[in-house]
Amino acid sequence: MSGFFWGLVVGLAAGIVIAVAALIGVWAERKVSARIQMRFGPQEAGPFGLLQTLADTVKLILKEDITPTQADVPVFRLAPLLVFVPVAASLAVVPYAAGWAPFNIASSVVFFLAVPAISVIGVLLAGWSSRNSYASIGGIRGAAQMISYELPRTLSVLALCLLAGSISTVAVHDSWRFWWIPLNAIGFLVYFIASIAELNRGPFDLSEAESELVAGYFADYSGIRWAIFMMAEYGGIVAASLFGAALFFGGGLGLPGLLGGIVFMAIAAVLAITMLWVKWTFPRMRPDQLMSLAWKVLTPMALVQLVLVGLVIPWR
Amino acid sequence: MSLEVESRTPVLGEDGLPIEELVVNVGPSHPSTHGVGRFIVHLDGDVIVRCDPVIGYLHRGIEKMAENRTYLQIVPLTDRLDYVGSMYANWAYCRTVERLAGIRVPERAEYLRVIVCELQRIASHMMGIGAAAADTGAFSMFLYTFDVRERIIELFESLCGSRLTYNYVRPGGVSFDAPEGWFEGVSAFTENVDAQLAELDSLFFGNVITRGRLKGVAVLSAEDAVAWGASGPVARGSGVNWDLRKHDPYSIYPRMEFDVVVGDNGDAYDRDRCRLFECYESAKIIDQCIAQMPGGSFKAEGLPRLIAPPAGDAYDHIESARGSLGVYLVSDGSPRPYRMKVRSPAFCNLALTSRLAVGHTLPDLVVVLGSLDPVFGEIDR
Repeated sequence: MSGFFWGLVVGLAAGIVIAVAALIGVWAERKVSARIQMRFGPQEAGPFGLLQTLADTVKLILKEDITPTQADVPVFRLAPLLVFVPVAASLAVVPYAAGWAPFNIASSVVFFLAVPAISVIGVLLAGWSSRNSYASIGGIRGAAQMISYELPRTLSVLALCLLAGSISTVAVHDSWRFWWIPLNAIGFLVYFIASIAELNRGPFDLSEAESELVAGYFADYSGIRWAIFMMAEYGGIVAASLFGAALFFGGGLGLPGLLGGIVFMAIAAVLAITMLWVKWTFPRMRPDQLMSLAWKVLTPMALVQLVLVGLVIPWR
Repeated sequence: MSLEVESRTPVLGEDGLPIEELVVNVGPSHPSTHGVGRFIVHLDGDVIVRCDPVIGYLHRGIEKMAENRTYLQIVPLTDRLDYVGSMYANWAYCRTVERLAGIRVPERAEYLRVIVCELQRIASHMMGIGAAAADTGAFSMFLYTFDVRERIIELFESLCGSRLTYNYVRPGGVSFDAPEGWFEGVSAFTENVDAQLAELDSLFFGNVITRGRLKGVAVLSAEDAVAWGASGPVARGSGVNWDLRKHDPYSIYPRMEFDVVVGDNGDAYDRDRCRLFECYESAKIIDQCIAQMPGGSFKAEGLPRLIAPPAGDAYDHIESARGSLGVYLVSDGSPRPYRMKVRSPAFCNLALTSRLAVGHTLPDLVVVLGSLDPVFGEIDR
């Protein structure tokens, strides 16, 4: 029973973390993109425009929740949650401090990589249930892309698991050493690129491709359901950045206590802002180029990383 | 062509389930159709098997409206043709009127016309490249090109008070002489623009993803470009050395030294990059114009208030940012034209989508469109 309540607490906390992350994430995205584009971005609502997203959220909640008449209604309403909940769940296994993750399960690395994969179903269902050709194309693209990029992403994290000799995020986090950074440089690059693709963000945002598919799989969503998709996106950025920082950089570079926590958050923030930066700098790729990148470049790179780590292990 | 999407008898696959083409209606309200373009796209899987452009969503009957207006009143109408490059339609129309009525234009006016039209070419190409970049997802590039365009719009604003529809070139000359300090402003702009263009070149055209998206997409052979009546950067990108400023010289262009930019492969990359390099040439022409700028009047003297050309017809064309823009006028001797017909380069270029998009995927459709740089005000008229 205590496990149930702990789950409730963690679930609520994850929901709040994602909500706050989305609030700050949207603001950061608008500010970063504005700076890249020689603009100022939001600056009227609150200090530095920080309350702009709050105002937008209130607007989104008050907006009419439109369900297309031709849509498959139950599926259409379920899809945003199917995208959002797995992302929230994945936050529960991130090792936030040495020896501690909200859910310290033995196979938490697998949990982190596998559970967000459920959102593929959400993306596919959202696109399909809208009965809109743009949404369908977006959904199918999204599914193909997310499944393809799972492989290099998993392989790149697998190298760390080999080094730590465990598939528990806490164990990997705790056995992290400085020399892992140069050793896992390729793996980190693969992890970072694959994470961007996994999150359907630019330059891999093919499933929402606003210049081709208008808004892709969530073209017909409005109001709070649309906001849930957005929250899932920013929640995903936060989860991928935290996980990357925790495993590839040992949290706060192995520093103890509060300092470690601050460094951990700083590394995660740098990763998250780099994701925004990349989106606003690069053009979008074509689906076939995206697939080539996953299978012909990133997967072999991740395999090379595995071999490298395998060579090191006997002398560890 | 009917506007309905035709229904086809489904082909049955091996499992007895029908296999159909997915018909996607792109536009008229779509982020990447450059206004109100509409395309009915038939997809087989991801590949476009047929693409029909549907036009007419911006039809305002400008040619018909012209028949009820005096020759001077038509100039503002021509602004609304190619609203990204209003100066060209102004000029093409005025050249035809001048030819019809036998009006001589003072030299200073010709120089001013060439300066504004070359500035307009840079502004229009910036819009074209920016939109093409935004279509491929590089939205930041759109704002970088708009920064360059904004400088030109500001110059136009100080010249004639308008930012978009200038009504600047008038039969017999231009509406205003350059205000004090304007030429210095233009010189300052052309000094800076080379560096800005080089930055755009490396930022967008040098990007590895851009190259992957644009190179080898929608290849148009030189023969096809000629056969389909393409002109401007669309034809020149395919290696057709055809520029009215060189090959049917008008105004003071014979005195200018500049090169015609010609592409090699005829793909979207070459077409877009042609536009960028043409901006360098335009800046060169502007500098020469300012150096040679003669004095005198900026409009023809003794022009009647109501122009009534003798009965007859005339056609004249200029090289606009989109290609050869021609205006045909028929006069019956009255102060209003009997008929006006605009030869729109964007119209001929747009027809190419039905050919260029086939065999590519849906993301390439917006690349094709962006590389053709259509302006629907000019296409629908």
